[in-house]
Amino acid sequence: MATGFSADIEAADATSDAQAQVEPHRFLRAVRGNRKAVAGVVILLVIAFAAAFPGLIAPDDPQATIYPPNLLPSWNHLLGTTQLGQDVFSQLIWSTRLTLWVTLIVSVIATFLSMIVGVTAAYAGGVTDRVLTVVTDVFLILPVLPLLILLASYLPPGVTSLVLVLCITSWAFQARQLRSQGLSVRSRDFLVSARVRGERPMYIILVEIVPTMTSLLAASFLALAVYIVGFAASLQFLGLGNSSELMWGTMLYNAQQAAALEAGNPWWALGPGAAVALLGAGFALLNYAFDEIGNPALRPVRRGKRGRAAA
Amino acid sequence: MRYLARRGGLFLVTLWAALTVNFIIPRVMPGNEAAAVLGSFRGVNPAALHALEIQFGVNTHRGLVASYFVYLHNLATGQFGVTAQGVPVMTEISSKLPWTLGLVGVTTVIAFAIGTIVGVASAWWRGGRLDGILPPTLFIVSSVPVFFVGLLLIYVFAVKLGWFPLGSNYSLGATPTPTPSFAWDVLDHAFLPALSLVIVTAGLWVYSMRNNMITTIAEDYVKTARAKGLTDRRIMFDYAARNAILPNLTGFAMQLGYVIGGAIVIEYLFSYPGLGYLFYTASTDHDLPLMQGLFLFYTIAVLVCVLIADLITAVLDPRTREA
Amino acid sequence: MAEPLLEVDELTVDYLTETADVRAVDRVSFRLDAGEFLGIVGESGCGKSTLLFGMTQLLSPPGEVTGGSVVFRGRDMVRLSPGELRNTRWRDYSVVMQSAMNALNPMKSIGAQFKDALEAHGDPSAEQIRQRSVEVLGLVGIDAAHLRSYPHQLSGGMRQRAMIAMALLFTPQLVIMDEPTSALDVVAQRSLMSKIKDLQRSLGFAIIFVTHDMSVVSRYSDRVMVMYAGQTAEEAPTDAIFERPLHPYTRGLMTAFPSVTGPRRELAGIPGAPPDLVRPPSGCRFNPRCPEVMPVCRSREPELYVVDDADVRCLLYAERPAEAR
Repeated sequence: MATGFSADIEAADATSDAQAQVEPHRFLRAVRGNRKAVAGVVILLVIAFAAAFPGLIAPDDPQATIYPPNLLPSWNHLLGTTQLGQDVFSQLIWSTRLTLWVTLIVSVIATFLSMIVGVTAAYAGGVTDRVLTVVTDVFLILPVLPLLILLASYLPPGVTSLVLVLCITSWAFQARQLRSQGLSVRSRDFLVSARVRGERPMYIILVEIVPTMTSLLAASFLALAVYIVGFAASLQFLGLGNSSELMWGTMLYNAQQAAALEAGNPWWALGPGAAVALLGAGFALLNYAFDEIGNPALRPVRRGKRGRAAA
Repeated sequence: MRYLARRGGLFLVTLWAALTVNFIIPRVMPGNEAAAVLGSFRGVNPAALHALEIQFGVNTHRGLVASYFVYLHNLATGQFGVTAQGVPVMTEISSKLPWTLGLVGVTTVIAFAIGTIVGVASAWWRGGRLDGILPPTLFIVSSVPVFFVGLLLIYVFAVKLGWFPLGSNYSLGATPTPTPSFAWDVLDHAFLPALSLVIVTAGLWVYSMRNNMITTIAEDYVKTARAKGLTDRRIMFDYAARNAILPNLTGFAMQLGYVIGGAIVIEYLFSYPGLGYLFYTASTDHDLPLMQGLFLFYTIAVLVCVLIADLITAVLDPRTREA
Repeated sequence: MAEPLLEVDELTVDYLTETADVRAVDRVSFRLDAGEFLGIVGESGCGKSTLLFGMTQLLSPPGEVTGGSVVFRGRDMVRLSPGELRNTRWRDYSVVMQSAMNALNPMKSIGAQFKDALEAHGDPSAEQIRQRSVEVLGLVGIDAAHLRSYPHQLSGGMRQRAMIAMALLFTPQLVIMDEPTSALDVVAQRSLMSKIKDLQRSLGFAIIFVTHDMSVVSRYSDRVMVMYAGQTAEEAPTDAIFERPLHPYTRGLMTAFPSVTGPRRELAGIPGAPPDLVRPPSGCRFNPRCPEVMPVCRSREPELYVVDDADVRCLLYAERPAEAR
């Protein structure tokens, strides 16, 4: 295949391989030029800042029950107060760290597991491949939230259990795509030479194959993160988290238990809910942009004389 | 055909996996919880209690493997155990099933229709206004967890505007009768929950349908169809949309698990007494047999849909036929 | 001289993307007479496929025809309305794509795809459809039973011939072929080429044949056009090009292909790679790879110069003052 931009020209007319590998410097330029990517990055940076320096934004103690309960938003309390008289905005900001931390840890572990399974299946082939593929398919079909609830009801409530059950149910999500990529790389020359050198399979997988898949891994990470954010919050919302831990999901649970929407301060529920939505949207925007950057066919089309795909 | 046989095999393996998950969970519970949970059950007749003990691995002198086979045998003979209140699990499930089936069934169909139409249209008219706003919007919205959509809808339409009721599936004190007014009451209550689910599910489907459609439009055979002088409408339906939808039918069926999860959250949020709400109360009550029964039920439901999608694909896609 | 069947004048195709505009086809002109066989030769990325699609209005976004005209039987294809375009498609000219596996709808039978084309231009009865379909299949030597087959059920060679049969449904005056033999092995290639030539002789249509392999057209074409980096490098009757290649690039192409029957010689390639069309080289686009490069080549862009019966875009021949059409 020819390199450079001319390849994109011919590829745009011929059938193209969906996941084209993208060089780093061109990639950064593409990210900067893509509106969705920029929006996603901005959102994530803001949230990361709140996670890293909560004290700078909300100096109050989030759990101090010193204010009048169920106040609506005002300048003193940007999101009002809870039933117990805590400042909602403070709670929100201080909950960012743990929420983000859980999301990232689970996404990293799940992506890593996905990769190991997918690439090993692709590289080993034969029976190993069949077995791993079946296992992956099984986990893909099992309904996620019911399984999460089932597992979480019997573990001690808290972050550790949350991370554990989320990892168990999410590793299969991207394993298929990573396996496909592994298959396409399998027969390349540099791998053959590694085999001939006598390197062990695990070495080949980790050191030779994985680095070629960095863009796909990053995309998988992002796609996963979108769902992890939602699932973690949903689990806690249903009462399977530890309500004394500072996370957006537990805030939602507490708010729902106090019927905040109907009888109290609705922003106690809407605030953390919006935060969860925002974090999910940030990852989703980046993911969307990633798809466009990696697959030229999906990129925005400048409207020509006729505004249709087929003229 | 070999293809269907392989899928049937996957069905069995997944079913087996779900059963085994159910079996293992009470045995890895920390401490003596299993016995404690069992102890909290009320009004359970001795035979059922015995079956539960086997399921939980409590008070038996059998080994793990023997218990496992008795457990499987019980399931095969239709004994799914009883709930913490002594009601047979199957009875509970079948009484709540219609409500969830209605909710999830209708929303899935609507979401599929919207997703396909919008996805196809936005891909066909690339760069147009539709393509500019709708798919990214729907994609972002679908990445938002379903409970937030529900929360917003409740707050805006039920609390603030009072257009729709706050929860439940029909008004307090009304008796379920097949009258138009009751039907209207049901629809009134089901509207917001259904809307929440449709918004989230349609968004997902639009995104993948649009991308598949774009890739299909770029194929050479669509170009050939243009070169032959076929009308745009013909090409869009007969060459592009059909080829974009069919291979993805199975993928869509596999997303059903996510929809089911969403329904659980929505039913909880709206106090809608369907299977999802049942699952939630079972989890807070630590009613293991009920949870296990529901989990099994959900898994089978997804498997059946996947198999149906596979069947349709096998029938309609000529590539699955051997030369 | 008779009216040409097709006259392409200064055709320009650009790819308009968010980051850059790329000129994939730069002011290409040529004419084609009825029944003529024109071969268009060039490396991957030289724009030959884009030229075809630009001519036939089959470009996909972000590609667009941004200049020039394509006058076919007296009408400019670039400026036709969609309705007029649709009417003339397949009837007056048809297109055969590179890979039949990709160009045939995998979910429709061969017969159904023939039917589509026939029904798009008129209102034939079922019997007429069947008759004509069987007829064209017979032209390429495929059994009528295969009307019911799906593309994946046919062999590679048969698929390609089915595509050609489909292209002949209306016995058009021009058939444009985009590397139809590239996906085949050498034996099937030769057999397909001679079949195509036979059909041309008996039905009398003109052919534009795009390929990267010069040897394929050497036996069958009347004229050859060599493209490089989106421009015409050389255009001449086939014999002239093979006996007296003028452009250094053409000469390089000659040495790149072995001849089974000719004398044994060293195979040479053309060092370097085709230029990046986002930032083409200044002056003559071939200058970084040209074995006969002169200092002026790096700054002055060559026009097409006439040398006997050939047109060459090379400063070696710039003494001739007149620019070719």
